[in-house]
Amino acid sequence: MTNFTRRNILKTAGAAATLPLLGTMARGTAPLKVAFVYLGPIGDHGWTYAHEQGRQAAIAQYGDAIETTIVENVAEGPDSERVIRNLAEQGNELIFTTSFGYMNPTLKVAKRYKNVKFEHASGYKQSKNVASYNARYYQGRAVCGTIAGHMSETGVAGYIASFPIPEVVQGINAFTLAARKVNPDFQTRVLWVSSWYDPAKEADAAKALFDQGADIIAQHTDSPAALQAAEQRGLMAFGQSWDMSSFAPTAHLTAIQNNWGIYYVDRIAKVLAGNWSTGSTWWGMKEGAVEMSPFNDRIPAEVQAAAIATRDNIIDGSVPAFAGPISDNTGTERLAAGGALDDGALNGIDWYVEGVSA
Amino acid sequence: MNDYLLISFIMTVIGASTPILLAALGELVVEKSGVLNLGVEGMMLVGAVTGFAVTSITGMPLVGIIVAAITATLAALIFAYLTLTLTANQVATGLALTIFGIGLSSLLGEGFVGFTIDVMGPVFPAGLAEHPVLRVVFGHNVVVYFSIAMIGAVAWFLKKSRAGLILRAVGESDSSAHSIGYSVIGVRYAAVAFGGAMAGIGGSYYSLVLTPMWAEQLTAGRGWIALALVVFSAWRPWRLLLGAYFFGVVMTLELYTKAAGITLIAPELLAAMPYIATIAVLALISLRKSAGAQAPACLGQPFKPST
Repeated sequence: MTNFTRRNILKTAGAAATLPLLGTMARGTAPLKVAFVYLGPIGDHGWTYAHEQGRQAAIAQYGDAIETTIVENVAEGPDSERVIRNLAEQGNELIFTTSFGYMNPTLKVAKRYKNVKFEHASGYKQSKNVASYNARYYQGRAVCGTIAGHMSETGVAGYIASFPIPEVVQGINAFTLAARKVNPDFQTRVLWVSSWYDPAKEADAAKALFDQGADIIAQHTDSPAALQAAEQRGLMAFGQSWDMSSFAPTAHLTAIQNNWGIYYVDRIAKVLAGNWSTGSTWWGMKEGAVEMSPFNDRIPAEVQAAAIATRDNIIDGSVPAFAGPISDNTGTERLAAGGALDDGALNGIDWYVEGVSA
Repeated sequence: MNDYLLISFIMTVIGASTPILLAALGELVVEKSGVLNLGVEGMMLVGAVTGFAVTSITGMPLVGIIVAAITATLAALIFAYLTLTLTANQVATGLALTIFGIGLSSLLGEGFVGFTIDVMGPVFPAGLAEHPVLRVVFGHNVVVYFSIAMIGAVAWFLKKSRAGLILRAVGESDSSAHSIGYSVIGVRYAAVAFGGAMAGIGGSYYSLVLTPMWAEQLTAGRGWIALALVVFSAWRPWRLLLGAYFFGVVMTLELYTKAAGITLIAPELLAAMPYIATIAVLALISLRKSAGAQAPACLGQPFKPST
């Protein structure tokens, strides 16, 4: 593996430019060059860390058959376009760009490098050589909701959320639906912090929620600050993206883990076999792309069993995360009993289920 | 609001206010000497990362805070050398210092991501510090009391001490101070160093107390709020104390009202309040034109001794 910093990438860009398209020639025995563009540092213990684990899984699978390159800390926007272009220029044949804000830069670079295959995480646009992929985090939220319904003594959860986009709204709703199946009076108080990452604000948000009756916190922001606040108060919280239990050994009940490795291994196999094609992939717990990190021992066995049942029911499809009847928080029925929200409805979701105050 | 909630709210406000108060107090002294250092955010981050690193190695938060003050002072001295000795543009250099601080702190912190430390406890014994009501006064760590004490110290220094008068003279009229034999550059170096130390302590408050961990850009823009606060306070220490707590109340109120489901005031408006208030104060100052309420006359101007 070569760990390039942005600076080194720029330095080598000149040299690489003199070897145009070398990497896209017939492979022969040369390893497949795969690159990953990361938003944060690998050590963020969240989003980027999870992608890095995915890359490690791919290396474990293919060994010398692939040669991977990573670039960390790539800001979204123009900076990322330069990084992606340089990676394409260096002969990488498959490039994973792992943040929403890389969507347009990825498409732009892909137009120029038609022989390079691109994979963009969490976006909604595709092209001939740009596929997109995301994971059904909301399925993991449902498992958290089941646990919260059992474990919360006040029946009130705090939910620290970034921005009201469908991905976040799905999570809030799935969490609340599952919790209310256990405790019909369960309430979820959503606190928008208008940021993916502001540790001090996330910690203060957790305090504000705890001070007003919540005893358990779920979050859709990236830092472990809220978990630390829960640990200090002796209360409970769920981790985000990866196991964050080292920050809050007692408070951390479980976390939703994004298991990208399973997708990376599959896509690399397709490139190696020469049958890669574009498309949009939305894998969940069934495929293993979303997993729960180990349950905290403080969760009683029967609650763990209930959480596992929620997971298994989602996996075999018997009780989807969004199974009817569903009413929204104004009392209007959104889905009758027996139905389930389809992907189209989920991707456009802009309302909250009963029990959510947002 | 019941008593428990009120007291919890005040505790959160004090936590949110203390680091910006420290950083802003340092910047106030810097600006009083006629230097504008926009690198507060960068210095805070340098302090945050070094304070955390040293605390996680030694297990002693006080040592971490002292190291944070020293390293942020070193960062400030780079700024001082560029702007005072080489008379570089202060605005550009200050912005560069922020960018430098973000990058340097990321680099230094790389090996410390994911570490945890024990949070500094309150100064007073548990009987007082955990009392349901008295904890408002006694439930804080040493940095909170230090920040209040420093306000008093700086206010006294600027108003009553000879050195403080010299510093203000340098900030109001550098050429006059120079002509009667004071070292303008020397005074400004000292002021910038003090500003760095205070920003470093303020930054370390995030990594050691509020969110005891290291992550990139941990301070998430609080340095800019500190800069706004200096203007908001009209360069007066006691008003700075009021302003810091006002900003803290506004930032915390945004979260507490949202958590309570109260939407009387748009949360976006509350989030913007520190900046709106600063603009309002700036407008008032420029209307009033009374001496003392204005910016130091030489603020941001490079000084070249004529001889």
